[in-house]
Amino acid sequence: MDGAAANAVEADVRLEHVTKRFGEDVVAVDDISLTIERGRFFALLGPSGCGKTTTLRMIGGFDQPTGGTVYLGERDVTGLPPYRRDVNTVFQSYALFPHLSIYENVAFGLRRRGVRGDELKRRVGEAMELVGIGSMAARKSRQLSGGQQQRVALARALVNRPRVLLLDEPLGALDLKLRKQLQLELKRVQHEVGITFVHVTHDQEEAMTMADTIAVMNEGRIEQLDAPAELYERPRTAFVAGFLGVSNLLQGTVSGDGVVRLDAGGEVRAAPGSLAGRSGRVAVGVRPEKVRLGAGEANAIEGAIAEVAYIGVSNQYIVNTLAGPLTVYVQNADPGARPAAAGDPVTLSWSPEATFVVESTKEAEK
Amino acid sequence: MTLRGRRGLTPYLLLLPGVAFLAAFFLVPLYYLFNTSLQEGTFTTTFTWAWENYSDAIGQFDEQFVRSLKYAGIATALALGISYPLAYWIAVRGGRWKNLLLLFIIAPFFVTYLIRTLAWLTILSDDGFVVDVLQTVGILSDDGRLLATSTAVVAGITYNFLPFMALPLYVSIEQIDGRLIEAAQDLYASRARAFLRVTLPLSLPGVFAGTLLTFIPAVGDFINAQLLGAPGQYMIGNVIQSRFLQLGEYGQAAALSFVVMGAVLVLMLIYAKVLGSERLTGAGI
Repeated sequence: MDGAAANAVEADVRLEHVTKRFGEDVVAVDDISLTIERGRFFALLGPSGCGKTTTLRMIGGFDQPTGGTVYLGERDVTGLPPYRRDVNTVFQSYALFPHLSIYENVAFGLRRRGVRGDELKRRVGEAMELVGIGSMAARKSRQLSGGQQQRVALARALVNRPRVLLLDEPLGALDLKLRKQLQLELKRVQHEVGITFVHVTHDQEEAMTMADTIAVMNEGRIEQLDAPAELYERPRTAFVAGFLGVSNLLQGTVSGDGVVRLDAGGEVRAAPGSLAGRSGRVAVGVRPEKVRLGAGEANAIEGAIAEVAYIGVSNQYIVNTLAGPLTVYVQNADPGARPAAAGDPVTLSWSPEATFVVESTKEAEK
Repeated sequence: MTLRGRRGLTPYLLLLPGVAFLAAFFLVPLYYLFNTSLQEGTFTTTFTWAWENYSDAIGQFDEQFVRSLKYAGIATALALGISYPLAYWIAVRGGRWKNLLLLFIIAPFFVTYLIRTLAWLTILSDDGFVVDVLQTVGILSDDGRLLATSTAVVAGITYNFLPFMALPLYVSIEQIDGRLIEAAQDLYASRARAFLRVTLPLSLPGVFAGTLLTFIPAVGDFINAQLLGAPGQYMIGNVIQSRFLQLGEYGQAAALSFVVMGAVLVLMLIYAKVLGSERLTGAGI
């Protein structure tokens, strides 16, 4: 996010104060600025209606921003139609041309750019090999499965070697197993071609698997832009903490440097600097797998086990405490260990390093 | 009968009414018509076998025959030229007015065919507005007229069959996924190119259906030529009509009908071949 570093490397996509309104009072994208560096696998992640697809469509040229500027590289492309932009899109529905063969689908963009003859043949062939559909050139799209159509859509976009490849929920229509497989494959392809990928998804696991940078969006704004691990370990807003994985949030008030006094009593220490200048009402958070069943860490809270669920790799507990119910995951690493039972009194503890601080969510809960 | 057996028969049972109807009101009359086409004479005199009906039909009326194909062809092309932009606009830009606009296209059907054509008689009449304007502008000479010209007949046919062209076109354009156009533009196709490479080929089933629905009845039409034209504009339909209903030469009239039917069938097969049946069946998605 720091501007100096972003300027040092070449930016493929730059949005400056981009806003998109639909009609009078619908603000789909609200004053977004971001820079996507060359060669990144960048994900726009958020719930439906958060503005991620609109943002993508403004980069692609399908929607024009109400305000702000869109740059591809150094070039201001705001207002340019899609066919004048050096980007290609893999559409959610694939949008393959039903009247053309797979070969002609992939060749479509190159033909528009005047590539002919042997070069056309070679490049289309290479693109189809790259995504593993080399043998399907003569078929029509309706003769292919969903996964194969997805690959054709990818080849059709990649063959043009765009500056940026846009992917609009490309795996949304596929079943889970195929989705997992294609996630890894997309990542491999991105590695091989080295093109900047901008990927829109509402699936946090998909974003974490593939992207090296994720912008979490909510209500038309970017909540946090970071690497996946950073987003998970140090969410900066309650929305991010809740959208990526499970979080335990405890309400309290800042009472000192890295110390928060809980409403329910007791103090919690957070990692140095995690307050990020916050004061007054806040919420402290900890991930369920970072909470220990038992004392031993600097932050501790008493409670009683309310529910136990055996998941295989772990036991998941709901523990009632004065600060509310907390979720705790304990890995089943020791084969002889007996899980705690419902009703058992227990001390929960966790380290300050595992503690993050976000804005208070108490008002929102009421 | 077992359930499975009954289920196996269901499709045929469902087809039965349609097949029975076609047999009774299409195949049987067709058979009698064919019989008639091979006979000479009238109901009052005795019938005799006569293959000459066919050679006579072609030899005597080739002029009207060729004219029918020409008029129908021009009218179909005009209807296509007028309807495509119309249907495209309604399908793509119609928004919430779509249904109302479609209603306007169908509205003429609330008035019977004959009356509509008679209305054109008034519109194109020698002292009418259209002739007045054309004379003033100089397109028509001062004693020029529209009635009893091929222009009037073709215009009448075009007008009368326009909805048959516009509706199938509308349907085929309307169901084209807008995202395909976006995809084409994403792949560097300008608006015009996207139209030529995606919209147009995907709308061909509508073009095909529309031209058939217009051309086939137009070839056999006689009302327009009779009301808006003179004997110099008579089409094969006029000949068949007068043979059947006025002169009582059933054999010749029937033979002419079969010649027209055969010619249209052959033309349609060529047309389908040229347009590509694979495209037509595959592009509808």
